[in-house]
Amino acid sequence: MKRRDFLRSSALASGAFLIPSFLKPLEAMAMGDMSGYKNMVIIQLSGGNDGLNTIVPYGNDIYYQKRKTIAMQQPDIIKLTDMQGLNPNLSALKEIYDQGWMGVINSVGYPNPDRSHFRSMDIWQTGSDANQFLTTGWIGRYLDSTCSTCKDPYTAIEVDDTLSLAMKGTKMKGIAVENPAKLYQATRDPFFKQLVHQHDSANLNEDNLGYLYKTMIETYSSADYIQQTSKTYNTTAPYPQTAFANQLKSVAKFINSGLKTRVYYVSLSGFDTHTGQQNQQGRQLKIYGDAVAAFVKDLKQANKLDDTLVMTFSEFGRRVEQNASNGTDHGTANNVMIFGGNLKKQGIYNNAPNLAKLDNGDLKYEIDFRDVYATLLDKWLNVNNSQVLNKNFAGLNFI
Amino acid sequence: MVSNIKHIRHLYARASFGIRFEELKQAENLSVKEAVAGLFKASEDISPANIIAGNISYKNFLLANEGTKKMFLQEQRQQEKALNIDWVNKMSTSDAQLREKMTLFWHNHFACRTPNAWYAQQLNNIQRSNAIGNFKTLLMGVSKAPAMLQFLNNQQNQKNHPNENFARELMELFTIGRGNYTEQDVKESARAFTGWGFNKEGSFVARPALHDTGQKTFLGNTGNFGGEDIINILLTKKETARFICTKLYKYFVNEVPDALHINAMADVFYSNNYEIKPLLEFVFTADWFYADKNTGNLIKAPVEFIVGLNRQFYITYQNPDVVLQFERALGQVLFYPPNVAGWPGGKNWIDSSSLMYRIKIPSTVLNGGVIEFSGKVDPEDEAFIATTRNQKQAVTTKVQAEVDWDRFFKSIPKSASKTTIAQTILAPALTSSVTEIINKTNDTKALVIELVSTPEYQLC
Repeated sequence: MKRRDFLRSSALASGAFLIPSFLKPLEAMAMGDMSGYKNMVIIQLSGGNDGLNTIVPYGNDIYYQKRKTIAMQQPDIIKLTDMQGLNPNLSALKEIYDQGWMGVINSVGYPNPDRSHFRSMDIWQTGSDANQFLTTGWIGRYLDSTCSTCKDPYTAIEVDDTLSLAMKGTKMKGIAVENPAKLYQATRDPFFKQLVHQHDSANLNEDNLGYLYKTMIETYSSADYIQQTSKTYNTTAPYPQTAFANQLKSVAKFINSGLKTRVYYVSLSGFDTHTGQQNQQGRQLKIYGDAVAAFVKDLKQANKLDDTLVMTFSEFGRRVEQNASNGTDHGTANNVMIFGGNLKKQGIYNNAPNLAKLDNGDLKYEIDFRDVYATLLDKWLNVNNSQVLNKNFAGLNFI
Repeated sequence: MVSNIKHIRHLYARASFGIRFEELKQAENLSVKEAVAGLFKASEDISPANIIAGNISYKNFLLANEGTKKMFLQEQRQQEKALNIDWVNKMSTSDAQLREKMTLFWHNHFACRTPNAWYAQQLNNIQRSNAIGNFKTLLMGVSKAPAMLQFLNNQQNQKNHPNENFARELMELFTIGRGNYTEQDVKESARAFTGWGFNKEGSFVARPALHDTGQKTFLGNTGNFGGEDIINILLTKKETARFICTKLYKYFVNEVPDALHINAMADVFYSNNYEIKPLLEFVFTADWFYADKNTGNLIKAPVEFIVGLNRQFYITYQNPDVVLQFERALGQVLFYPPNVAGWPGGKNWIDSSSLMYRIKIPSTVLNGGVIEFSGKVDPEDEAFIATTRNQKQAVTTKVQAEVDWDRFFKSIPKSASKTTIAQTILAPALTSSVTEIINKTNDTKALVIELVSTPEYQLC
């Protein structure tokens, strides 16, 4: 007996009407309606990436004055404009930039910035004000919103083994999938299968027990869908041998195989560079740049780049002035990098950070990060941003 | 009598980390009142955490070459880990269950992070020793604890440069809650706390030179207030009693607040000068506490889940890192709340991956990852079953947990039916899926492993 037949018959036999309804959209879905299906990929750089040594404002003397030993030197910088250039470890992104597939938004932050890693990450993940504590993430609230295609947990996938707050809504949550085959295997425990198939309607009430059973059934069905769909695509594009590149490779596989997922979430840590920054950050940026370049090219050859938008952020930038240990301490505003085949504004979006007018030695933000989110929500995910961000943000014009 | 057993089980599910069979045997013939008294009696013991012997010296850190810095950070991490594990052990083995359960409540209410394990232990002990004592004493202690002063930046709160962080959270999260104070109240009370800090020895100090001695107007009162005055004024407001009682109601009774019950609780709390014991006695002996809609419906926090399992099966871990991995996978690492508002709890604990971990963890600890399956086996499952059996030894070696099955089985009365066993292990009323498991499974060990691997087991 085929798995699906088995599922259907046993589900019907036990009166679990939910199972067939989970399977229906999968079967009804043909590759045909996948064209124009927009994906968004969020890359989180954890630890506070030093944006000034990432997109380097080499045209500004203050940069060199404040960073006597850790500034990027002119001949090494990959120049993008007269003012800003790429850290040499991001050399792989030069080609992507030249193709018009990369954008940089400078000085993104929020009022009353918090310099604690976990609090600032919380603020970025929930989309809250600095003095507000939200228990849901902005992607989670997108899933909760009126978005019509958001009823399944695989609408938002985090390539990791646990789920970030960003992906948790009140009613809906994304799903964490480090490895689709492993997740699938884990859900096939015969006992687990029995629980999925033999619950009764009392298990599906609006109470907490119902919520647990629904989550379990959705996990079972999503694990199956993700595994069965993604295994149909065989990745041929070359990727670097890093864990982060592997995550992006998984995302590309998901996208290229036609998975009906709108949002993907991956992260790379190691950016808290208080000491010996050049080597440490350089290593991480190389991992980042090489992987993103491979990812973008992979999507391009699969004709998916026009339907994909990538946003990279970090919880904060770092102080303009270096510290005594050849590193930098926690700062405030930072740049956000955007990738995609369909950018309305390619390259550098706005003025380079103003290094002359600082707030206690830190950059002043010029663009609220929620204006970036609003742009993604309004123009890419097609949901009114005020539904997700709890107030309306004007948004930007990069897409 | 039957309903009394039901009450006792529910009381233990909420006021402790779940009932053991041996506890049920002792308490099943007690009245609710007697059982509540028993829980308080057992919690008279205030053994503080003392695993962290002292403050690590920052001297080496400040001398700082890369090597000493690294060692310092390693020691710091080691201490954090030791403190965490020590508390899990305490919750899992202590008879002072209600005290530990309340310490966990205050740990979340006064959520705080510090890289200094000595300070973290101090704060934890303040919360433990006052867990069922007086809220005012507790609040004063917490407000003067180095961990909190550091976390909410009061060390930097000085005359002419007030830092409002502590004052704001004191009102928003620790006492009266949003909507009951103005921005001006935050500013004025921050001035009152100027100079509150701690010294190198980790003791509270009020630094007069940094204190703003001017007049402050706070919640309608004017005077030359210091920090203690602000706390006293906050406690005169009934909103504070109501705010704490709402949180306690959600912790012990139901996530959905019931205004009538909460007001009754607030009356008791306020009129008893913020004594916690009479308030809890009131809750645990109220009829509504035992109402069907308030039983078996709370989602266990990860730590409650882990501790409950440890207690029920007398589990000891040879490699305590395993416990930390569980905490991480399930989303609750002790001493690492997500922010000053604490863990949001309830359904927030559950997503696809955390639920999968919750369903898998018990069998991983108890039986090398195998849930003996007594339902009908589909041919395509045979491969799965063979694989997990093969891996069983490897999983057991990796987890390194010891389960005292002898003690567990001895604690179950000979006369106990499979249904009684299920009712003791699972808090919600038995659903048809659980009944099915009961009917199909004859081996007691297989049965209990199946029971703790259900969605029902996530509830208390």
